[in-house]
Amino acid sequence: MKNSGHKSISTITMLPKCPTGIQGLDEITGGGLPRGRTTLICGGAGCGKTLLAVEFLVRGAVQFHEPGVLMAFEETEKELVANVASLGFDLEGLVRRKKIVVDYVHVERSEIQESGEYDLEGLFVRLGHAIDSIGAKRVVLDTLEVLFASLPNEVILRSELRRLFRWLKDKGVTAVITAERGRELLTRHGLEEYVSDCVILLDHRVNDQIATRHLRVVKYRGALHGTNEFPFLIGDEGISVLPITSLSLNHKVSAERIATGISRLDAMLGGKGFFRGSSILLTGTAGTGKTIFAANFAQAAARRGERVLFFSFEESPDQIIRNMHSIGLRLEPLVKRGLLRFHSARPSLYGLEMHLATMFKEIATFKPQVVIIDPITSLMGSGTDSEGKGMVTRLIDFLKAGQVTSLFTSLTQGGHALQQSEAAMSSLMDSWLLLQDFDGNGERNRVLYVLKARGMAHSNQIREFLISDRGVDLVDAYIGPSGVLTGSARAAQGALEKAAGLSSQQEAARRKRELERKREAIERQISGLRSDYESETMELRRIDEQVGTSTLMLTSERTASGILRQADAKVPVHARSRARNGKVNS
Amino acid sequence: MKTKTVKRRAAAPRRIGKYWQLRLYVMDETPRSEAAFANLKKFCETHLKGCYRIKVIDLLKQPQLAKGDQILAIPTVVRQLPRPVRTIIGNLSNIEHLLVGLDLRPAA
Repeated sequence: MKNSGHKSISTITMLPKCPTGIQGLDEITGGGLPRGRTTLICGGAGCGKTLLAVEFLVRGAVQFHEPGVLMAFEETEKELVANVASLGFDLEGLVRRKKIVVDYVHVERSEIQESGEYDLEGLFVRLGHAIDSIGAKRVVLDTLEVLFASLPNEVILRSELRRLFRWLKDKGVTAVITAERGRELLTRHGLEEYVSDCVILLDHRVNDQIATRHLRVVKYRGALHGTNEFPFLIGDEGISVLPITSLSLNHKVSAERIATGISRLDAMLGGKGFFRGSSILLTGTAGTGKTIFAANFAQAAARRGERVLFFSFEESPDQIIRNMHSIGLRLEPLVKRGLLRFHSARPSLYGLEMHLATMFKEIATFKPQVVIIDPITSLMGSGTDSEGKGMVTRLIDFLKAGQVTSLFTSLTQGGHALQQSEAAMSSLMDSWLLLQDFDGNGERNRVLYVLKARGMAHSNQIREFLISDRGVDLVDAYIGPSGVLTGSARAAQGALEKAAGLSSQQEAARRKRELERKREAIERQISGLRSDYESETMELRRIDEQVGTSTLMLTSERTASGILRQADAKVPVHARSRARNGKVNS
Repeated sequence: MKTKTVKRRAAAPRRIGKYWQLRLYVMDETPRSEAAFANLKKFCETHLKGCYRIKVIDLLKQPQLAKGDQILAIPTVVRQLPRPVRTIIGNLSNIEHLLVGLDLRPAA
């Protein structure tokens, strides 16, 4: 979490700094504690004062080759060694290699009787001897306040403490003293009045049953410093302070696009899917298929050979694998090939900071190309809103810096306007998909929208999100005069349209058949008439022939008789044609 | 190395009944150190005559010895014998406190 913004601070300041080596603290203080001066670390019980001080010494000895003296008033050497061993510090080894001297000062009020004047030269001698024996550059006094309880004369003690801090400065060592937090003052016995260079306040707060430690640089004379309260945590590698926001927004971006695993969705996103390294928010109410979408996305990425880290805050890895198997997503082989890793933890297991640190660590070791957080909302629920947002911001920053594509699922409560309930988070995201329930006709169906997709053309269409035993798919929802129809209504509407089409086809066929029949009837009629006509014609011809024959006969008869009677009159022609026409028309 | 050993064995009053071993830690030969030694010696002569032994340790010369007896304040008298170990800090000007501190008189 190196930050260029902080570096520039340290170059401006002239005050020499003594780097602590503690992750994040050097960034906040612009390079470390004031060198050659005394720093006061105060805080309530159990907030990590001693650990911070010891880590300062250990890191100094290991990383910066500055030997240190630890003067402990509360814990014996043995106890200290055991306590810091859990943070991976080999205090015993450092003592053996003469990098660190641990001097346990035992003072017990009941064993001490005061008689007359005294000073604390004995303490000075011991400290001086310890410093000189290894050439120490760093000194920790943990915690001087024990003296207030053990030594009866506070007047002497105060003047001696003043002398001690002066003496430490003269020695040129960088000193850290710890002190218990007081009711009104920073420390119970007002030690801050002697230490005017640097004061760091530690705090351990419980919010919703989850404790988070905070660190604040109250005072840092002569240097710029982060004034905010910074969450910090004590992990198995010591203390890490996490600056709540990174100051810069200068991530490198990639123009590469990665497929979502659902080809229709890729098509909705300009045909190519999401940008690599972008952050994707997937919101939806309960049971809309967020985890399924996430698992599908994970599978698609892993099948491309990318490493996928799946943070699950609600289900165990086995459960996810089993459940996804039921819809045909086979994640197990991908897990076995080391392309997919699950990390499951209950959100309430520890505070947000610890979660964040764990996630950072997992990401740093696994180096995934895709990170899935399912769901981010249950994680955010374990802190206050602003903490949650701060955490997501830092997480996204961290992921973007490494060009890791991230998918956050988010559970929205029913009843709220979906867009509103995610307002805090959505502005941080590059793309936002919305899964929603559509109910009607006695059934619920899932639909998906692309609410936003920065930097790419995307479809404004609603799609039905289908989950079957062969995976997930998107289909066009029916959009017509009766609204958006999904599920069986969509199917019914489809059937209806099909039926209507079919019936109009049938109607046409029927009419066609009828017309055909009519035509055939007419044709039959025509052929009947034609045969009538022909028979009539035949008849007529026959008659004509008959008439001709008879006329001929008559004529010949008449001729014969004319010849016989010697007549010359002719038979009129029109009388013959009238007789034929009357026969046809009847 | 400056170690003064003062032995007073002769004519030990039997009522004390114990052998007393005291260590006086001082820092350099300052007037305060001298005063503390003088006060202690006078006290022992009065109350522990003949059965005590005082060892003076100068931490300026032997700083490593401060750790063993958990010395913070200067001057400090440590009663090593008889057990238990008792510690008195200061220039020992207050005899009453010294008596209480060395268990010769119960605390008022």
